[in-house]
Amino acid sequence: MESLTVMDAEEEEVLQVLEVCQTIEEFREVIVTTIEEDSNNSPPVASSGTGTKPSQDDNWGETTTAVTGTSEHSLSQEDIVRITKDLEDSVGLDCRRYFTLTLAVVMGLLVFLTPVAFLVLPHLLWPEKLQSCGTACEGLFISVAFKLLILLLAVWALFFRSPRAGLPRVFVFRALLAVLVLLFVMSYWLFYGVRILDTQDDNYQGIVQYAVSLVDALLFIHYLAIVLLELRQLQPRFSVCVMRSTDGEKRHYNLGQLSIQRAALAVLEHYYCDFPVHNPALLSASKSRAAKHLAGLKVYNVDGEFPAALAEGPGNNAAAGMAHSQSRAMIAAAARRRDTSHNELYYEDAEHERRVRKRKARLVVAVEEAFTHIKRMQEEEQKKTPVDVMDPREAAQAIFPSMARALQKYLRTTKQQHCHSMESIQQHLAFCITNNMTPKAFLESYLSAGPTLQYSRSHWLARQWTLISDASVTSGLSDGCVFQLKCVDFSLVVTTKKIPYIQMSEEYIDPKSHKFVLRLQSETSV
Amino acid sequence: MSNFIPGQPLVAVVQRIEIKKLRQGDNLILGFSIGGGIDQDPGQNPFSDDKADKGIYVTRITPGGPAETADLKMGDKIMQVNGYDMTMMTHDQARKRLTKKNEDVVRLLVTRKSLEEAVKNSMGGYQRQ
Repeated sequence: MESLTVMDAEEEEVLQVLEVCQTIEEFREVIVTTIEEDSNNSPPVASSGTGTKPSQDDNWGETTTAVTGTSEHSLSQEDIVRITKDLEDSVGLDCRRYFTLTLAVVMGLLVFLTPVAFLVLPHLLWPEKLQSCGTACEGLFISVAFKLLILLLAVWALFFRSPRAGLPRVFVFRALLAVLVLLFVMSYWLFYGVRILDTQDDNYQGIVQYAVSLVDALLFIHYLAIVLLELRQLQPRFSVCVMRSTDGEKRHYNLGQLSIQRAALAVLEHYYCDFPVHNPALLSASKSRAAKHLAGLKVYNVDGEFPAALAEGPGNNAAAGMAHSQSRAMIAAAARRRDTSHNELYYEDAEHERRVRKRKARLVVAVEEAFTHIKRMQEEEQKKTPVDVMDPREAAQAIFPSMARALQKYLRTTKQQHCHSMESIQQHLAFCITNNMTPKAFLESYLSAGPTLQYSRSHWLARQWTLISDASVTSGLSDGCVFQLKCVDFSLVVTTKKIPYIQMSEEYIDPKSHKFVLRLQSETSV
Repeated sequence: MSNFIPGQPLVAVVQRIEIKKLRQGDNLILGFSIGGGIDQDPGQNPFSDDKADKGIYVTRITPGGPAETADLKMGDKIMQVNGYDMTMMTHDQARKRLTKKNEDVVRLLVTRKSLEEAVKNSMGGYQRQ
């Protein structure tokens, strides 16, 4: 840890670079504060430095080092970046979401108030002509009330859930259902308006039955919604193979009949649980090898002909052919050249393996030893001996230093150091201590790469997926369709295959028919 | 059959037999059954002299089949099939060699005890070892 002091010659401002920590465990933020000369601006907390009054101290320019911890009022560069990203995440002001929300609310109100309106309007408009409501009619009131309640609960259960994703195109089934409901309610209103309001029908029981039929039909439309939106895709029809482009991790999932965008959403939800986190540091070795291959050969044209820059049409076949032969010559030369890179790769891999195992052994020993330093204190002991009691976080902080170095070295060797920050490690340690886990359980999350959700938000990249597909994304999955889900540095290629139609036949074997003889010599007829 | 010592070259008097396969439905059949093989129990073989002999023997001949017509006898030990040696074969490998679908004719070299006798008698005092 070094602390630098950079002094600006100006009197008003002193720019001090405080506590530049260059430990490899983490890059602490570079905290930049301006300490102004006038004391109006309150200086950062806990300034243990000496000189803020240069006029009084002659040695001020040479020796002053002010070391301040992270104060609550200072902002670092990382904080600023994080705030802007949070702003982007939370204030998702895309009009489409609010448009669909308002549309849904309006339609919901329309649907619920319609039966009530049907029942109430005759009383308001022609109360004296209206027949009194008999027993059967009043019974129907109860039926309407309860059916509306059930409809309300059902709609709340199915539709009023916070959206879990933003898809590129409109959800076709929902749109169709909305249109259906609107048409339906409109046609009922039309009929009501023409045949009941205009003629001022006095058969109130008929009107109540009409309202009941409306609510029944709405319940049936809700049933249709459940079947179309939820039930239809439960039966698995397609097996999709999801492969990550950078390291070839492959998983297979069974999906039902979904549109491509919904299938992509399902695939992504599985991706976050199943695939190990994308680690770009692991790919650098193969990239450097590829670069070395390319750098090896150059093509020189001895005859002095210049290949045409563009091969246009059939006239430039010669140039195209020459480029073709050039690439073929390159490939042939590369094949013939005595390439020893496979040798290097082999020995490098063996060496790396050895190093990882050695560091792992040291790490395991260090962690086990660290865990022996603390033990859970029982209630009775607390009353007996007044020792220094710590809560889990403090206990974690107490034993962390003894294993920090070994852990850091291991993470560096397996190129995972950017996935785990010191706070996250200490948090995890406190969590393991609280839940009585063994050192092995604590270490497991560092020994192998876990799913993406296990790591911090910065690894999720949940807002940056693009769906690339030949077919329209609202069309359904079909056998052999391929689409891509592109994220920032990698993409997931998804191929679909239809699950075959399985024909099963039955065979009955009598349990008493299992009989055996010794095989003395087999005889085969030819 | 001459006693064989494992690892030493085997000398035997053999007869050449050519069998034309008969087509029966989808199969080409030869009309006999084989037994024996290096994966079988040689002590159960009724036709071998030396009960450690793991060679391929003819155990049954279908009457009227191509094998009978070609003069194959029960108890013959098959030494070669179409040039391939059969003395060190598993049972299944031997079956496969005999039932190759693209071959219409199998040329066998078989040996039997009576052959040795016949040679001995015809040669008079000259003994073939």
